[in-house]
Parts: sequence; structure tokens; C-alpha cells
Amino acid sequence: MSELTALTLTDAVEGLRTKRFSAEEITRAHLEAMQGARTLNAFTVETPDRALEMARASDARIARGEGGPLEGAPLGVKDLFSTEGVETTAGSRILQGFKPPYESTVTANLWRDGAVMLGKLNMDEFAMGSSNETSAWGPVANPWRSRGSNASLTPGGSSGGSASAVAADLCLGATASDTGGSIRQPAAFTGTVGIKPTYGRCSRWGMVAFASSLDQAGPITRSVADAALMLRSMSGHDPKDSTSLAVETPDFTQFVGRDVRGLRVGVPREYRVDGMPAEIEQLWEQGVAWLRDAGCEIVEVSLPHTRYALPAYYIVAPAEASSNLARYDGMRFGYRAGGGTLTEVYENTRAQGFGDEVKRRILIGTYVLSAGFYDAYYLRALKVRRRIADDFDRAWETCDALLTPSTPTAAFALGDKDADPVTMYLNDVFTVPANLAGLPGISVPAGLDANGLPLGLQLVGRALDEGTLFSLAGALEQAAAFRSKPERWWS
Amino acid sequence: MAVDAETVRRVARLARIAEPEARLDPLAREISGILGWIEQLNEVDVDGVEPMATAVHATQPLREDVVTDGGDPARVLGNAPRSDDGFFVVPKVVE
Repeated sequence: MSELTALTLTDAVEGLRTKRFSAEEITRAHLEAMQGARTLNAFTVETPDRALEMARASDARIARGEGGPLEGAPLGVKDLFSTEGVETTAGSRILQGFKPPYESTVTANLWRDGAVMLGKLNMDEFAMGSSNETSAWGPVANPWRSRGSNASLTPGGSSGGSASAVAADLCLGATASDTGGSIRQPAAFTGTVGIKPTYGRCSRWGMVAFASSLDQAGPITRSVADAALMLRSMSGHDPKDSTSLAVETPDFTQFVGRDVRGLRVGVPREYRVDGMPAEIEQLWEQGVAWLRDAGCEIVEVSLPHTRYALPAYYIVAPAEASSNLARYDGMRFGYRAGGGTLTEVYENTRAQGFGDEVKRRILIGTYVLSAGFYDAYYLRALKVRRRIADDFDRAWETCDALLTPSTPTAAFALGDKDADPVTMYLNDVFTVPANLAGLPGISVPAGLDANGLPLGLQLVGRALDEGTLFSLAGALEQAAAFRSKPERWWS
Repeated sequence: MAVDAETVRRVARLARIAEPEARLDPLAREISGILGWIEQLNEVDVDGVEPMATAVHATQPLREDVVTDGGDPARVLGNAPRSDDGFFVVPKVVE
């Protein structure tokens, strides 16, 4: 059965449509793979009954010739997306047992197009983390290990479960979300493709909120074409999200494989950060060479405020989080602790329900929004955010997309960056600017480091120009010919 | 700017998070470290720069002010830690 789990989403959908195998067969193959891979801790909830029910319904639609674009394809869902009647915790104890009475728009779009839900995927608590270690349900293991080592590595975060499950062939693709790099960094760490589309491309309705002006959904998949296929289904205007853009969703799949000759690719000099490993630098140069060989024009560009993106993000994101997470008060849903007075119940509920990183960020967010500090911190950060967005606008005068490394390192060991929060934050140095500016970014697996661990390259594009990114990502994918798979030590 | 234990106590109170006495000093150190790193934003010239609260340029869409959903108390109360007779049950609010 393993050949069915190793298919790309694109090939699986084609095989289902032409009835080479049934939705029930490919779903059973994945449920079996999930059972054998529990040691990865990628899934927080498995939904085999619902999966088989959805698969049989898909088979019936295919038999009638009514299949949708993802008909019968088994997918995983990051536990940040509300799924009707299926526990949704966002990796937090405060939501343990919460069963939403509604379905998120993004997942509803996937089911509308025929996809099958395998279960919910582990993540950093409220998407706050870069290693999946802040999950209340324990860290996820990366299917990849350093050559000759048994040490557990992080799959990245916050969409660690999504990346791990896709890399280990436990699902054909997975939903993920990206507030500061939470799709692209785990994709880079696991040899998978991850795209964060333009802010507003996907509806945030039914997604557990972290930082509303930055949060955006996207897929993690095993190929660029798969990412285009899945994002096409996830996208679309939604009146239930006032920040959802009222624009048509292009057929992203048509952009993959398109000629990239004449496209201008910018290389931002400020992304050459201190202490960047030589391997990352070399991979970046290799990526530039690949795109030049494919006929792109390479231009050096400057994004002078790059180094201020992370500190600005660590004001804006906690500020929005402190406001968003005020809803967890133990009254209408979620965990409620004991206490003598109402205030004590609130304080104990939140003290016991939230983990350390979430509490730290709520405190920072509360502090920077508090009287006397609002102008010095929050307002200044919003002005720096504008400077960062302006940098990109100027870059678009001379180039059509930017090429950068996805991350400053390969996957690191679990527990490696626990001691100092800022060290962990620095992992998102290349991904955060696109969130602040609302721009699309995609990570493509491009090679292995000396230890045999995957490394990714990132492309950032103009707002609503995912098409160009898919064309360039397709060219990178073809040139890199990344075929490596992790050894199956987990089953 | 360095944050002290007393400030952490005040902010934790604002955020409605019970922080035990023993956590106040370690939290003050952690938060001071993060804020110290954030101080570099002061190097940026932001004179006359419009704050950017969102990446969406469109104006806020409006809709008719009509009821679009509701009338289903069982679903609303389905996840309540405590409920009774169609109501949320909460700790005593007024003495």
C-alpha cells in the first residue's frame, strides 16, 4: 500500500479520477501509515471513521462523474483550523476538549472540492513557536535525522505536525498557517514545499487567531504543483472575514512549469546575515545560478530595514495576541479553573491553561499596549512596519520576485534553543518581513546540508502575484531535482 | 528599558494571569532581555511615517445590519464549562 502514500497530491487526484485506485483504498493506506508513525507525534487527533465516510462519499461522486478538484485526496489539518465536531485545541490545554460547532472556511473549501480529512495536526501552542516544542501535547519529531545520529530534530514550527506528516508520507498535503514563518520554516526543515499566500487570499474565519494582521493560511505539500492545486481550493473571498480580499482566485496550477525567461529576480543584500553558515550561503548562490540558467535576470536589491523586521514583529504580534487571547476566560468554552472570586477564576484559568511562551507573549503584548508605553513601543513598531513594506515596494521597481534562503540554519535538535527566547525568534529572520508587508512567500526544498538535512530557498513576490512565485518555484524545483526522502526509522 | 518584578506583577494583573511570586523575577529578566533587543527600533527614523496596522488597503466592507445566525442555544452552550437551563453558569459577579 505504501506506493499510494508516496504519490504526489497531483498524481493521486489523477489516479482517483481515472479510477486506478479508490478513495477508500488511498485513505486506508494513509490511516495505516499514521498508525505506524505515532512516535512522530504529528497528529493530535486521528479521525479514521470520518475519513472513511468521506472517502466512500468521494468514491460515489467519482462513480457518478461528479468529482471535485481534490476528490478523494486524504489531507491533514493543522489543529488551528476549527473542524465541526472534531476537537480543536491549537496546541493549548486551555482548549482541551473544545469541539467547534462550525467549520473554518478554508477546510470547508477543501471538503467542498472533495478532499478527505485524516485528522488534526500538532502545532506550537496558538502558533507561537518555531520548533513545535510549545505544544501542550508534546513536540513533533522531524522524520529527518542527521546522518549517523539518532537524535530527535525539530520539524520547525509552528506548523510542525503539518510538515512532519507531509514529509513522512502520512498525508498527501496539509493545511498550515503562517504568522511569521510558520509554514515556510517547517517546510524548509522537512524537505517539503510551503506557501504563505498574500494576506487576505485565504479567509481567516474559523482559524484560531494569533495575530490577526499577520495570520494567513496556506498548504504544505511535496511538490510545487501540489501547493498550487491545494492553495487554489483553500483561497477565495469570504464575506465572514472582513480582511478577505474580494478578488478572483487564479488557477495557480497553470503557472507551474511556465517559462521564466526574462523575469527579474532580486537578491536582497541585507539577507546576508552575520554568522550564516557557509552551506546556506552556497545554496543561495546555487539558487541564483539555477534561475539565471533558466533565463531570469538577476538584480541586486536593497531592503534597508530588514534587520528591524524581527524586533517590530515581536511588538506587533504579541500586542495583537494579548488582545485576541483575552477571550480565553473560562466562561463560555474551554478550560475553567477554580477560585474564590471571579477575578481569581480568570487568573487561575489563564495561568493553568496557557503555557510559558504564550504567557510570556501575552505579558509583553499587554505591556507594550499599556498606558505610557503605547507610543514608544506599539506605534513605533507600526511605523517601522511601514518602512519595511516601503522597502519591498521600492524593490518591485527593479524586480518581479526576491530569492532568499528560507531559514538561517537546517533543523536543530529539540531542546537546543530553549534557554533564550530571542535565539529562537532569530530563526524567523528571513520569513517575518513578508508577513509584516502582507506579501506571498514560498519555500522550496533545494538541497541537503553536510549532515544530510534538507535546506530550503524562499521566493517572495508582489501582493496577489502568487502566479509568478509558482512559475519561479517550479523552475527551482526542476533545477534542484530534490528527490531525497528521510529514512523510515519510525515504522 | 528594564522591567522589574513590580511591573511584571502589574502587567500580569492587567492580563489576568496569576503569576506566582517566585516567577516574577525570572519573568522580569526574560521580558527585559526581549525588550532590550527590541530597543534597536529606536535607530529607525520614523518621522512623518504613517503607522501600518494592516496590509490590506481596501476599506472596511459593510453589510446590512440584520440577524444572520443564531437561535440555537444548544450549539452555543455545547462547549460551556458549566451551563444550566439554557444559560452559562459563571462565578458570582455581584456581591
